[in-house]
Amino acid sequence: MMSRTTICRGILTRDSGFGLRSMSSWWGHVEPAPKDPILGVTEAFLADPSPDKVNVGVGAYRDDNGKPVVLQCVREAERRIAGNQNMEYLPMGGSVKMMEETLKLAYGENSDLLKEKRIAAVQALSGTGACRLFADFQKRFRPDSQIYIPVPTWANHHNIWRDAQVPQRTFHYYHPDTKGLDYATLMDDIKNAPNGSFFLLHACAHNPTGVDPTEEQWRDISYQFKVKGHFPFFDMAYQGFASGDPERDAKAIRIFLDDGHSIGCAQSYAKNMGLYGQRVGCLSVVCEDEKQAVAVKSQLQQIARPMYSNPPVHGALIVSTILSDPDLKNLWLKEVKGMANRIIGMRTAIRENLEKLDSPLSWEHITKQIGMFCYSGLTPEQVDRLTNEFHIYMTRNGRISMAGVTTGNVGYLANAIHEVTKSGSK
Amino acid sequence: MASRNIICRGILSKKSGFGIRSMSSWWGHVEPALKDPILGVTEAFLADPSPNKVNVGVGAYRDDNGKPVVLQCVREAERRIVGKQNMEYLPMGGNVKMVEETLKLAYGENSSLLKEKRIAAVQALSGTGACRLFADFQKRFKPDSEIYIPVPTWSNHHNIWRDAQVPQKTFHYYLPKTKGLDFESLMVDIENAPNGSFFLLHACAHNPTGVDPTEEQWREISHQLKVKGHFPFFDMAYQGFASGDPERDAKAIRIFLEDGHSIGCAQSYAKNMGLYGQRIGCLSVVCQDEKEAVAVKSQLQQIARPMYSNPPVHGAQIVPTILGDPDLKNLWLQEVKGMADRIIGMRTALKENLEKLGSSLSWQHITDQIGMFCYSGLTPEQVDRLTNEFHIYMTRNGRISMAGVTTGNVGYLANAIHEVTKSGSK
Repeated sequence: MMSRTTICRGILTRDSGFGLRSMSSWWGHVEPAPKDPILGVTEAFLADPSPDKVNVGVGAYRDDNGKPVVLQCVREAERRIAGNQNMEYLPMGGSVKMMEETLKLAYGENSDLLKEKRIAAVQALSGTGACRLFADFQKRFRPDSQIYIPVPTWANHHNIWRDAQVPQRTFHYYHPDTKGLDYATLMDDIKNAPNGSFFLLHACAHNPTGVDPTEEQWRDISYQFKVKGHFPFFDMAYQGFASGDPERDAKAIRIFLDDGHSIGCAQSYAKNMGLYGQRVGCLSVVCEDEKQAVAVKSQLQQIARPMYSNPPVHGALIVSTILSDPDLKNLWLKEVKGMANRIIGMRTAIRENLEKLDSPLSWEHITKQIGMFCYSGLTPEQVDRLTNEFHIYMTRNGRISMAGVTTGNVGYLANAIHEVTKSGSK
Repeated sequence: MASRNIICRGILSKKSGFGIRSMSSWWGHVEPALKDPILGVTEAFLADPSPNKVNVGVGAYRDDNGKPVVLQCVREAERRIVGKQNMEYLPMGGNVKMVEETLKLAYGENSSLLKEKRIAAVQALSGTGACRLFADFQKRFKPDSEIYIPVPTWSNHHNIWRDAQVPQKTFHYYLPKTKGLDFESLMVDIENAPNGSFFLLHACAHNPTGVDPTEEQWREISHQLKVKGHFPFFDMAYQGFASGDPERDAKAIRIFLEDGHSIGCAQSYAKNMGLYGQRIGCLSVVCQDEKEAVAVKSQLQQIARPMYSNPPVHGAQIVPTILGDPDLKNLWLQEVKGMADRIIGMRTALKENLEKLGSSLSWQHITDQIGMFCYSGLTPEQVDRLTNEFHIYMTRNGRISMAGVTTGNVGYLANAIHEVTKSGSK
């Protein structure tokens, strides 16, 4: 035994060629992945020693002191569950209680679809996980389909449907000239897409533009979808966070449901309940009847099983604790409104500051856009100037996270934006 | 407006054929998925009203009263965390501190690979998520490779590599005749596989058989893998839980590392820290140098991003709270040993009971096998009799979860097994 080991060690050195793959590497050909466009912003921000630095790249809510927030309702829920829950596996489809409450938020408390058990739903790893489960499901059961994605959209949408191997197309959404919705072209794209196409829609507070269709426009979009027989998939990552009122933010979805669409929907508690890192969300798919919903749910679970087996329990417990207790739920609604109001206040403040500085440009879009982000219209070069000269960090597409704006920095921010834009048109 | 709505509703009713995909269904062709072989057992158990019922299908630890357990070290860690941590997104690669502590467990506290930063590692969604990230990585960067999977194995291994679209082969592992390792055929299969094949190995406490190679056999397996230039991927779901000593349970991995293999490794805290539903684990891949490790890690993150963006934070806070505190870590080690000892005690008790009943068969394998499971050798028909006549629930492959055996039910269980086996050979 000893001598064989010694021989082995001799054989197995790097210099040996004895029928061996040398220790040169399995993964020598693996290139470093490109830096994440959003993470890189925060990295650079953290590395900047300037006392004036401002981070408006962050896609997470901050209070008026620029600090991360854990909602009171969440802290209370944590207190209630700490120490008295076991940590057993959830079912593959996740926490039933959490999902019931979550579906009520999207579909309405008295939704017939809920009563008739027509909604196939599974707990998912926040909005990302919900979108991915749907994309994989779409690939598996509609293998010839494509997904139409708005321009622009959250960068990870492209990654998700790409890794699910669903071909992507785009449709017009944002109009750079107006910094609003390119409604006419959007409707053209809907009409020109082959019947029965799959469309990805942001239910509210479009990311990154903050531009949402009006209610009237949503009705027209829904109608056109019906005419064309398209499949509407809603990504709702900001319910409650957009207007301050979750019911109001679900309006687009309710319009489509009223029109009889069988939608798919990704929901997330990352922002509206501040549960970012807990990874809590839900994927739902409307079906013809309960039997079909059972079948679809079972297939969604089959996709989840070889990905993570069953979803994480902690965040789900927090959500169901809050939403099933009327007092905690009311507290949550107040806190969501508070966050939304602070953002709206900062939109007003930055616009007013820019107007007071006699900016030659229109900044109306700042207060028209909705949700966490403002698509400022700044060019990449202007963004670079903001970073290099003023230590202000945002993504190079000019997207400002209003959540990072505070009464303390709004004046400085407006000043800097004015400086880099005052010389001419954008 | 109102009139158009009325017209719309008329057009959009189910009966209309106006260029619309009828509400008949997007998903009418979706079949219900097959019931999960393990979940179905627990469902049936729960539905059984018999006061004598026993669940030895459950793959989760139970105390001697058959109750789920949350470890004291975990409760203490929870107490320290609750109310104090924010819930911000983890980086895509997860909690760095958690990953560091986790790598020490697998690779050794003083591992030179750790010092040289040669290990690409990311937090993963327990063992399932770690295996899936690796399978996707393997597909992406070794697209022509296959995975060799032992027979039998945890059923979800097949699902994982299938959904990653990596072709599967099998290798001999379990010998039904001896209820032990089919070492000879295993070695033949290793030799016959084309050079540079990818092999999935259970680091300890093989699931479902409980049959592990001896240290000597591991050394030979490692040698043969080196000769053939194979890639060893270890799934270590039971470290600490198998023998009661995490260092000892990592022996196979350490042998391979000493032999210079560049391994991959999936680790899970589901069982050994009782964190089942928190979904906390780690995937690591040994690289040539730090630069390669950085590249590989970045690519692993690219796979995670369109799946779930970043991993859940709660379990990742619990783990380093425990492992980073010497007292809590010691408590954990004691508790792990306690769990392992109870299981070993139940193995002995079950075997002794069967022998006392005068069973003519050999039950040596019950105490030879290691970890949570005993591969009893019972046939599906005998398992069905156990269920139908005795209300004892296990998976039909005869796998008994020793974690479900208690001093209260071991006699009843032994009796029942004796009843269904005494009539002849198995």
